[in-house]
Amino acid sequence: MIARGKNASDLFPAVVKNVACKNIEVKKLVYVYLVRYAEEQQDLALLSISTFQRGLKDPNQLIRASALRVLSSIRVTIIVPIMMLAIKEAASDMSPYVRKTAAHAIPKLHSLDPEQKDQLIEVIEKLLADKTTLVAGSVVMAFEEVCPDRIDLIHKNYRKLCNLLIDVEEWGQVVIINMLTRYARTQFLNPNINEEEDKKAEPATLAKRKPYVMDPDHRLLLRNTKPLLQSRNAAVVMAVAQLYFHLAPKAEVGIIAKALVRLMRSHSEVQYVVLQNVATMSIKRRGMFEPYLKSFYIRSTDPTQIKVLKLEVLTNLANETNISTILREFQTYIKSMDKDFVAASIQAIGRCATNIGEVRDTCLNGLVQLLSNRDELVVAESVVVIKKLLQMQPEQHSDIIKHMAKLIDNIQVPMARASILWLIGEYCEHVPKIAPDVLRKMAKSFTNEEDIVKLQIINLAAKLYLTNSKQSKLLTQYVLNLAKYDQNYDIRDRARFIRQLIVPTDKSGALSKYAKKLFLALKPAPVLESPFKDRDHFQLGSLSHLLNAKAAGYQELPNWPESAPDPSVRNVEVKDSVCAERTVLTGPEGAGVLLLQTTRGSSNMQDLPKKLLISLFHRMSHVLLHHSHSEQSSSAEDRKRGRKAVKNQKSASESESESESSESEEESEEESEEESESDTNVRKKRVRLDWNRIPAYYFMNTLHYIQYTTLAPSGSIKMYELLHRIKGEGLAVEYCFSRQPFSPEPNMVAVQIQFTNNTNSETKNLHIEDPRLQSGMRIREFAEIGLQPSESVTVVMGIDFCDSTQAANFQLCTHTRKFFVSIQPPVGELMTPAFLTENDFKKEQGKLMGMNEILEKLTLGEKCVNEHVIVERVTATANLSRVPCGSDKECRFAGKTVSSGCLVLVTVTTKEGGGAQLTVNCEKMLIGTMLVKDILQALSQ
Amino acid sequence: MIHSLFLVNASGDIFLEKHWKSVVSRSVCDYFFEALERATEPENVPPVIPTPHHYLINVLRHRIYFVAVIQSEVPPLFVIEFLHRVVDTFQDYFGVCTEAAIKDNVVVVYELLEEMLDNGFPLATESNILKELIKPPTILRTVVNTITGSTNVGEQLPTGQLSVVPWRRTGVKYTNNEAYFDVIEEIDAIIDKSGSTITAEIQGVIDACVKLTGMPDLTLSFMNPRLLDDVSFHPCVRFKRWEAERILSFIPPDGNFRLLSYHVSSQNLVAIPVYVKHNISFREGSSQGRFELTLGPKQTMGKAVESVLVSSQLPRGVLNANLNPSQGTYTFDPVTKLLSWDVGKINPQKLPSLKGSMSLQAGASKPDENPTINIQFKIQQLAISGLKVNRLDMYGEKYKPFKGIKYMTKAGKFQVRT
Repeated sequence: MIARGKNASDLFPAVVKNVACKNIEVKKLVYVYLVRYAEEQQDLALLSISTFQRGLKDPNQLIRASALRVLSSIRVTIIVPIMMLAIKEAASDMSPYVRKTAAHAIPKLHSLDPEQKDQLIEVIEKLLADKTTLVAGSVVMAFEEVCPDRIDLIHKNYRKLCNLLIDVEEWGQVVIINMLTRYARTQFLNPNINEEEDKKAEPATLAKRKPYVMDPDHRLLLRNTKPLLQSRNAAVVMAVAQLYFHLAPKAEVGIIAKALVRLMRSHSEVQYVVLQNVATMSIKRRGMFEPYLKSFYIRSTDPTQIKVLKLEVLTNLANETNISTILREFQTYIKSMDKDFVAASIQAIGRCATNIGEVRDTCLNGLVQLLSNRDELVVAESVVVIKKLLQMQPEQHSDIIKHMAKLIDNIQVPMARASILWLIGEYCEHVPKIAPDVLRKMAKSFTNEEDIVKLQIINLAAKLYLTNSKQSKLLTQYVLNLAKYDQNYDIRDRARFIRQLIVPTDKSGALSKYAKKLFLALKPAPVLESPFKDRDHFQLGSLSHLLNAKAAGYQELPNWPESAPDPSVRNVEVKDSVCAERTVLTGPEGAGVLLLQTTRGSSNMQDLPKKLLISLFHRMSHVLLHHSHSEQSSSAEDRKRGRKAVKNQKSASESESESESSESEEESEEESEEESESDTNVRKKRVRLDWNRIPAYYFMNTLHYIQYTTLAPSGSIKMYELLHRIKGEGLAVEYCFSRQPFSPEPNMVAVQIQFTNNTNSETKNLHIEDPRLQSGMRIREFAEIGLQPSESVTVVMGIDFCDSTQAANFQLCTHTRKFFVSIQPPVGELMTPAFLTENDFKKEQGKLMGMNEILEKLTLGEKCVNEHVIVERVTATANLSRVPCGSDKECRFAGKTVSSGCLVLVTVTTKEGGGAQLTVNCEKMLIGTMLVKDILQALSQ
Repeated sequence: MIHSLFLVNASGDIFLEKHWKSVVSRSVCDYFFEALERATEPENVPPVIPTPHHYLINVLRHRIYFVAVIQSEVPPLFVIEFLHRVVDTFQDYFGVCTEAAIKDNVVVVYELLEEMLDNGFPLATESNILKELIKPPTILRTVVNTITGSTNVGEQLPTGQLSVVPWRRTGVKYTNNEAYFDVIEEIDAIIDKSGSTITAEIQGVIDACVKLTGMPDLTLSFMNPRLLDDVSFHPCVRFKRWEAERILSFIPPDGNFRLLSYHVSSQNLVAIPVYVKHNISFREGSSQGRFELTLGPKQTMGKAVESVLVSSQLPRGVLNANLNPSQGTYTFDPVTKLLSWDVGKINPQKLPSLKGSMSLQAGASKPDENPTINIQFKIQQLAISGLKVNRLDMYGEKYKPFKGIKYMTKAGKFQVRT
């Protein structure tokens, strides 16, 4: 019924009840209904709000998003504060998808209540800083709708938007490009400024002028939009085309022509819009489309409106060299069956003739031939065009005028008759014999003529009276008398006016003396110009441009500024983006790498509690640090020697399989060492340095110790794929959460990354670039490494996920390629074990009651037979430590979130018959909810 | 941006409407109907119609007008392109996009429109994502649904929306892994009276049907990539590699899609595969006209020209045509004056011809225009530009796919002026 446009609002309460329905399809349809009728039944609509508010808290991002979407679509003013809150919350949601929906909701709220504008701008500002491609398009759309004049918000995000552009979805691209065009117009100098002034400027000033240098940001925009010309979406291509047209230096604009010509193959509506724009462009930059002239030739099957536009383009492109081919084309067009098109072709010929002097005579002859055409419309149109052409050089063409005078008996189209009469009147000196005769005929048929013809008859009569009063005096008076009693007041007025002017009476004073001058003054020839002449002051591709009228909400394209505004506003502070900060692996991490490397190499090592390994690792790094303090004055040379010693010792004492991995390790060390030398961080340097100076025996001992006592983390720690071997062109990357504290930054999660080079060539300069992170998230990168063929290297990096399961996106760069990758942590990896006593545990649990407690019943899986398995499963899912407990029916675990240190308490109480109850207490509800889900899954398997 | 959408059928009835913001009365369409009346041909309706408070942007596909109502400045191509995307989606879902199909599936249509736009801004237009959200109706599923009461709406959440390759679903599985590519070229040409080519260009597309398991990574290379003058890609193609090496490297979407479309410009010489000899004349004073037409192959590289169809719009004065084809059948519609001749295959030994007379309206003067002749044809196993695919490689998966490449040349807008 909604689809048919019938009013279904009576059913409102009945339908809205279904909002709580489980069936998704019904739910969706209820949403459709609700959004449609909520405006009319505001009170009842409020009943459904609570459902959405619940949805906003759902752990699933897609449900959160759709709840926000429907909530913001309900146009009920009372819920504005609720919407505002929801949008604000969603804008800082972890999921980019929810943030995107928040961006969509902004214009909705703005249209509902414009008073919220200031608050909404804050949200927009926040979302503009977002680094994901998903959000970028939507937030710019919101920006355009809410506060398009706040250009200052863009400064900081300009470069980011330029760089993201190619990955944004196509609709977003259009909006962003249009916005950036406006932005660039205000911020950069006109690249064509020199050329335009060249025409006027004198040589002296020319020399003084500074050469134009394009702002690198301006260049960035042009460079990044260029590939989008290859988009399959016509709107994107058009957007890029207008950007180039408005912003690029003249020499570069040409590249868009090809893409625009390609669009002409598309649907006729697309063709129509593109041709409109091409028509405008072709006036200003004719050279651009000249090579593609033939693509604008007209086919008989084109719709008329397309034909007329193509004609317009062809006319604009006409110049001395190609005019003959164009005219030949026009000749075939005139024979077309489509009469409107023929009329347009004739006008086009007229325009070509006025613009290009050489062909004027040829055109005129051609048009005169058309006068004998059988079709009246064609003749009429030619007459009108000939009239305009003749005005330019009437002397040479009196025979044409005579010919036309003869035509007046046959032509019925008023406009053409009027034109002929005007011509005869204007040039009556050239045809002294015919003119009075024509007037006679016209006087006879005066009463049956159309108004414009009548006016011209009066004009003709007046002119003849002045030049040849002997022959035409009576006729003129007769005509004026007829006109005096005409129905049309214009004609009556004209008749009265002319009578006073030309017929000498006693009263008529000074004016009649000048009558001759008034009527027979030389009239300037009309200029035939394109209707697209001045359209380029509208932004191309816009609706306003198409209609040649300002559409609501159209943003003027600003003129170029005289001098460039400060480009530094676009500089982004380094501390804002972590990407600029490059850190190297410091000593202890290096050790950690080595440690894990070794353990991976020897996969038969078995079960040692992980804690042991960690504490060992801690101890080791402590020793190293301690060591470093005692030997601060060591030189670089020493260091190298020390390194060599270590290397030798190592390779000598280790088994063959071992040596390979350690060598690779050695290499990564070498690289990171080079890095560290350039690093200014003295402390780190010291650590590194001393790491190399550790007495070899100590090193060896440790190594051996590890060799024979470590557990195999590969068994219990799950590896995730970061980059598939094929996608990475031979470079395979896996990562795991090593669950060790990341020592340089305690609130970062350590991610251990293993690179394997499966190609036959060396991969160099492997490093991280351009991280795109949620606000607050940070990355500590590993040092640049290189990989020999079929070698594997493991490194550790730290990521501060801000206690969210949001993915960290970054680019993995080798010396040849870049790969976009992302790491998404399971919730269980966002915490570290916390050691509590039973009493502490109970006390803390008591503090985290109510909202912060989540209870869930479950049935244990078949294999969860004893306490041991449960503990194993829980600790595998989440990085928690066990808390001692008196009862054997209960297992307790405790941990802290890595970045904010909130306590996470987990209790599993087993019951008879495989049942169990899971309790999670955590201040961060979201983490709690997700953790419950994960543990439930692990236990019920 | 897009306020509302109205669907108008050929007889001028609004049969579906959808609003994304506040409701716009359907009386706004009156302006559209006015324009429709003014236009002599259905395709002559201006795509953008301004009204006092709104702007109507419409597209015509499958004899249905899709009229979008907008209120403020928006790039018109944006709306037009989106409307075409909507039609494509409907076609994808229902096989055909007719009034009946839309009415039968009104619920799915509504769900689709709801997902595709949010507050008038396009949200999910990738058919892959949409199919995950809303399953396309099939007969089997309709039966199952009515019995079990389950729905078309996907139970799982559309993870595709969040992925880096939004065009491909995860977990695709096939028993037969196959990848077929069709290189289809269309010749657009205008031939003048004397048989010389006025303009000719080639527009090509590569359509693919890829049914491969997992996440394959394909590369396609050409023997002569320089031929391609201007290309536009499916978003899956890695632009950088094309720039650098002229190799198409991509993770394909699942199923049918258009990998790339290209243009071979008129600067290159284009081989014209058929020629037409014609003699169409009307004598002054008599009510008879002569009509002679002969087709022949030319520059076909030894391949047969098939499915030839000649059509021509005869002048209005022609009452009837009495013609005699040497092969195939012809029809003449006295109302629209459209002559069409289904020739079939051209046999180079015995050229097809159509000869006879036309009768004109008694007393009417001789028509001064000559009809243009539109020709359609197909040539299998030939890409007229000479484009050749060199090889197709697959990385990322271990199985061996079946690969196939088919070439075809078709007439696009191929016109002969007489």
